[in-house]
Amino acid sequence: MFKRKDLLGLAELTPEEINFILDTARPMKQIILRDIKKVPTLRGKSVVNLFYEPSTRTRTSFELAAKYMSADSVNIAASTSSVVKGESLTDTGITLTSMGCDIVVIRHRESGAPAFLARNIPARVINAGDGTHEHPTQALLDLFTMREKKGGIKGLTVTILGDILFSRVARSNIWGLTKLGAKVRVCGPTTLMPRQIEELGVEVYHNIDEALKDADVINVLRIQLERQDKGYFPTTREYSRLFGLTKERLEKAKPDVLVLHPGPMNRGIEIAPEVADGLHSAINEQVTNGVAVRMALLYLLTGGGAIGEAVN
Amino acid sequence: MVPMIEKAQIMDEDGMRRALTRIAHEIIEKNKGVDNICLVGIRTRGIPLAERLVKKVLEIEGKSIPIGVIDITLYRDDLTTLSYHPVLHNTDLPIDITGKTVVLVDDVLYTGRTTRAALDAIFDIGRPASIQLAVLVDRGHRELPIRPDYVGKNVPSSRKEIVAVHVKETDGEDKVIINENTDATL
Repeated sequence: MFKRKDLLGLAELTPEEINFILDTARPMKQIILRDIKKVPTLRGKSVVNLFYEPSTRTRTSFELAAKYMSADSVNIAASTSSVVKGESLTDTGITLTSMGCDIVVIRHRESGAPAFLARNIPARVINAGDGTHEHPTQALLDLFTMREKKGGIKGLTVTILGDILFSRVARSNIWGLTKLGAKVRVCGPTTLMPRQIEELGVEVYHNIDEALKDADVINVLRIQLERQDKGYFPTTREYSRLFGLTKERLEKAKPDVLVLHPGPMNRGIEIAPEVADGLHSAINEQVTNGVAVRMALLYLLTGGGAIGEAVN
Repeated sequence: MVPMIEKAQIMDEDGMRRALTRIAHEIIEKNKGVDNICLVGIRTRGIPLAERLVKKVLEIEGKSIPIGVIDITLYRDDLTTLSYHPVLHNTDLPIDITGKTVVLVDDVLYTGRTTRAALDAIFDIGRPASIQLAVLVDRGHRELPIRPDYVGKNVPSSRKEIVAVHVKETDGEDKVIINENTDATL
């Protein structure tokens, strides 16, 4: 049973809750793969996608998840809304609630914004990425893909490669993977490695070949090109040479290694095209699984009306 | 937990076996063979019953018919009244049901709402030529215009009672019992 009002991050979830979400996503994936991609389950519910940062993939994924479940969905981009007139986050949230919105999916540049909104409005809140804090639905779809391809998470060696410092995907992945019993390695330039990250229970590597040795899964993070201007790494060429995942480097990992990338990819920088499109890559399937995981969350979070158990 | 006392046993292992044997014969007779048939068990107890029917048809006709499993949770009409959404399971139909005769299999037919949900679920997956309904027990109290094509046993019941089908596969033994709900508020 899933009894939470909101989904704010994986740090607060128990392993049982994470597994329950992943179990629920399996039948959802079946719906996406059939001809009529629609179930009537969330008829009459409304979902608002409130995005204060640009996004195509996550927003579209949430929108389609809501539509496949028969909920109504509305997209709000902060740049074209009353936010530019100075409306506060709480006021925006209350306005949406007054219109009858059941679930708010929020992406915000400030860490903690979804938690703040969740405390202030009765609608359910799903974190679609907040600052450098968490991106729980991305981590859940990564876990789902690993579980599907590897049969389980426990005992896997997972290497997270790239910009760990600014990556909310990395943080949510670390929480989820360690809770489910995987061994997590993080690897990237010293400038992009948060201090004391070891305290989260991960091993830190600065040499990619060592980090990839005998890995079951490699999760390659997007290198944000704007970081180069701020001096976190000298050139994309140097980054690619030291930390790019190439076909040759992939051979250091286990023969059946699984390669993931949350997208959008910088082909030829953090990941070589032949690896991204290669046999080990599940990058396109991650996108399908993302919709399934989000359908599962919409389903689980909208449960709860009057008390009563089904009989017969 | 709802207070419950076991009132009576209405079918034993032999009774269930005979009823399923008869239903298997009836399915074959009504459809003049089993060439275009697919059995679909409704989770949870419909699955073992459908599996047994497939075995019986194989014994009688020497033909194996495809079997599928359907989870109707997402099609229920009472989701908003439940305290938490029920656990979801997979729907597995091994063949394309379009153009087939689908025989839905469930343990107990009561209000008809589960059957309604199953019909909607089936039509989202394909367009069968026809759909038939086989149940081990029909206990009456229909709330929708639905009637079964094959019935193991008609059991007139009160709404206070709960008809429970036990199967070896999940419950350890084969029997059908009536439990009385002693909760005075109902």
